[in-house]
Amino acid sequence: MIGLLGKKTGMTRIFDESGNVIPVTIVEAGPCFVTQIKTKEKDGYNAIQLGFGDKKIKSTNKPLLGLFEKAGISPKRFLAEFKDFDLKDIKLGQMISVDIFSEGDKITVQGISKGKGFQGVVKRHGFGGGPVTHGQSDRLRAPGSIGASSFPSRVFKGQRMAGRMGGVKVSVRNLKIVKIDKDQNLIFIKGAIPGHINGYVKLIKK
Amino acid sequence: MNKLEQVKKMQVRTDLPKFKPGDRINVHFRVIEGDKERIQQFEGDVISIRGSGIDKTFTVRKISDGVGVERIFPMHSPRIAKIEIVREGKVRRAKLYYLRKLQGKAAKIKSK
Repeated sequence: MIGLLGKKTGMTRIFDESGNVIPVTIVEAGPCFVTQIKTKEKDGYNAIQLGFGDKKIKSTNKPLLGLFEKAGISPKRFLAEFKDFDLKDIKLGQMISVDIFSEGDKITVQGISKGKGFQGVVKRHGFGGGPVTHGQSDRLRAPGSIGASSFPSRVFKGQRMAGRMGGVKVSVRNLKIVKIDKDQNLIFIKGAIPGHINGYVKLIKK
Repeated sequence: MNKLEQVKKMQVRTDLPKFKPGDRINVHFRVIEGDKERIQQFEGDVISIRGSGIDKTFTVRKISDGVGVERIFPMHSPRIAKIEIVREGKVRRAKLYYLRKLQGKAAKIKSK
């Protein structure tokens, strides 16, 4: 597995060589720095931790400051781990940039989805809602029955109901890299990715 | 300027002539068939221009064998080889969708 951290910049369209329009999301990816190397002997599994996006020293707490000092880099805002990173001779504090990806790669993008607030079952779980005609009232977006009566005399755990939606980690797989701008550290991904603009995302290539 | 705006601006074409809704234009469009490329012409009235920057598109309407045909082109598409302005029209609206309901002489746009 290889990967990078990035920031969603926004969506636009680009034209390919034959003039077709491709909808793309632009992600500012890297330069990321290796902040920690985890090994099987010491931590029980092999992984590296990457950091991306600068942060002030005064807004960094002391334990984290120690981590960054050990790696010899300035404090980073977004940290994430990658298990079994396939890159040879990784050193602490090493810079990893968009070079590790190439155009045409299929990647997974992970991010925190946009928060939708308290939503009903139609939007949140895709329920059909009630009938519109035949004398129905106040049932248009109702959930319907949530269980039987005297047995079991309770609602089962995990019953899908209205509630908070969004703001959770979402992965989208098999997204194609259309273009890479190495000078500006930009990756052009076909289609949409989770999260709001300026949200941090994890780009993973298996 | 942020990086998204830069990417958008990079692809904007400046070589095409300016035209307005109501103008009759001839769009020379590159068509790729297999490995051959040829130019297809589409002549008609511009009935709508929408969007801005790289997302701008325009709609061209013509009457072909008595049937109205509309085609939407992305303004900055590299497939557009050339745009000729045949004549300038005199209209009082930005979107000329009312032409769809009209026929014959009533659907004609007066020239400037």
